[in-house]
Amino acid sequence: MAKVTLDGIRKVYPNGFEAVKPSSFDIPDGEFVVLVGPSGCGKSTLLRMIAGLEDISEGALSIGDRVVNDVDPADRNIAMVFQNYALYPHMTVAKNMGYGLKNRGVSKAEIERKVAEAAEMLDLSALLDRRPSQLSGGQRQRVAMGRAIVRNPDLFLFDEPLSNLDAKLRNQMRIEIRALQRRLGVTAIYVTHDQVEAMTMADRIIVLNGGVIEQIGTPTEIYENPASTFVAGFMGAPPMNLLKAKVNGAGTAEVTEGLSFPAPAGASGDVLVGIRPEDLEIAEDGDMQMEVKIVEELGANRLLHGDLGGQEFSVSVPKQQEVTEGQIALRIKSGEPHVFDANSGRRL
Amino acid sequence: MIDITTATPNAATITPKRRFKWNVALDHLVLIVGSLFMILPVLLAFTTASHDAVTIHREGLQLKMGDQLGVNFQKAMFEKGGFTDTVDGMRMLTNSFILGIGFAVGKIIIGMMAAYAIVYFRLRFASFAFWIIFTTLLLPLEVRILPSYEVIQGLGLTNTYTGLIVPLIASATATFFFRQFFRSVPEELVEASRIDGAGPVKFFIDILVPLSRTMIAAMFIIMFVFGWNQYLWPTLITTEESFFTLVRGIKQIVISYTDAQIPEHGQALALAFVAIVPPVLVVIFFQSWFVKGLTESDK
Repeated sequence: MAKVTLDGIRKVYPNGFEAVKPSSFDIPDGEFVVLVGPSGCGKSTLLRMIAGLEDISEGALSIGDRVVNDVDPADRNIAMVFQNYALYPHMTVAKNMGYGLKNRGVSKAEIERKVAEAAEMLDLSALLDRRPSQLSGGQRQRVAMGRAIVRNPDLFLFDEPLSNLDAKLRNQMRIEIRALQRRLGVTAIYVTHDQVEAMTMADRIIVLNGGVIEQIGTPTEIYENPASTFVAGFMGAPPMNLLKAKVNGAGTAEVTEGLSFPAPAGASGDVLVGIRPEDLEIAEDGDMQMEVKIVEELGANRLLHGDLGGQEFSVSVPKQQEVTEGQIALRIKSGEPHVFDANSGRRL
Repeated sequence: MIDITTATPNAATITPKRRFKWNVALDHLVLIVGSLFMILPVLLAFTTASHDAVTIHREGLQLKMGDQLGVNFQKAMFEKGGFTDTVDGMRMLTNSFILGIGFAVGKIIIGMMAAYAIVYFRLRFASFAFWIIFTTLLLPLEVRILPSYEVIQGLGLTNTYTGLIVPLIASATATFFFRQFFRSVPEELVEASRIDGAGPVKFFIDILVPLSRTMIAAMFIIMFVFGWNQYLWPTLITTEESFFTLVRGIKQIVISYTDAQIPEHGQALALAFVAIVPPVLVVIFFQSWFVKGLTESDK
């Protein structure tokens, strides 16, 4: 168990492409951190640099108190779970889990004991003699995790481990991984492009975009106070509505005539007003007039898509609420709208 | 719906007229003719081998079984023959096996290691090296036979198994097949094994070789049969009869008796038959692996 420190870590590929711009953050011991972002944002590259599978172009990486920039992956005392599990197809489950220990010269009896212990924990005891090809996706994923935990690593690395599973199994494994990490108390870094995974699993989320860290924070902070329009749009489903507006002389952000929102002091010029679909409710006396064009039925709630002040807009309403297409009046249920600078995308 | 349910029992009692399928018949005809075309010469060799030399010399190939089968096989396999009376069929069979197996195993080992280097290590000019290896396919033994002979002769390796096997071992074919196979092995396996603390040698032996089992089997068949059937190179490099392989020995039997006697066609055909058996067995034994190796891979 260890804390992880990244100090100005940067990745430039030989062809000159800068996959990760200089990034710094600390992960305290035992924390579960999720790196999230769209594909190509550099999150996997960052993880692979921490694993030692990719060279670090610049900056210092420490695990524990040791700078590990030039340490071989095998000697960093980390364990990694891959997207495609990367199990050795010709080895049994037990051999797969014990291979890392065997390479480290651990005695046979000790390997057997540790594998049995991990298998017990992951409910794999009955499958130890099977080959990976005889297992289901969920079981393979468990074996990959078993391979990670038998080694008592300082750090767990997960590279989109659930993206090959079906939705139901994914929900279940999400909880299992989280519970396991809590129980073992091992620091973990988890890469995903799925914002739901990020929100549900993380102690802290790091949102990446184009090789740059957009925001670091707890799931609540990220949801409540997105630092930029990118974070606002990426985290949360359905995404936050962003309305183009202009700050007028009275210090309010005006979308169209008769539709304006309070703007923070110092805001000026073009801004984007962000309102989450779930922060709105239908109200007779609401001052926002929306034209509903499509109603999406989600079961627990309904999603209304349409047009507000000439711009696209969505609202989420509870299932009890009867709605038809056409004109409705809305009001903000709770909180203040978020205001972002239209050019930089930063929060004002 | 009702019509259909009532009609069903009728359909069961009256067997429908099955139309004769001409295309199926034609398929089978082609297959049967093809099989006969392949099998008949072997069968003919076998039946002819059961007659004595005189009969064969006088009447040609025999379709009926004669009574000399045991004698011919016995003589061909166990009686020392040839110019110097030092080599029998068993010796030649052993030599053929040494050549076939040595050839196949050597090619597989060299090919795998070359492919491993090309695929997994960041070598300068790796792909250039690969294409150089690949172009050697354009230079088969027959083209470079004189220089090859010079080298082996200079090294004093004539009339040795080393001289027989080693010059033929470097293989572009095996390297190419293994390269293609290694490239299809997922990158994540390499990474997982790196994190598991396996170095390059361990990865090769623990992961890559077991994964290549089917590929190795397929290569073994091809290379074994190829080595088994070598004729030109052994003829050139071995002059002592104790190094003769079956393929050469067949001819030797016929030649060595030509002066005064009727050639021992029966024995020669018996030897030819013996020479066919091992490759056939290898193919049958490895067949399922062979198909797997060339078409799919259990990754």
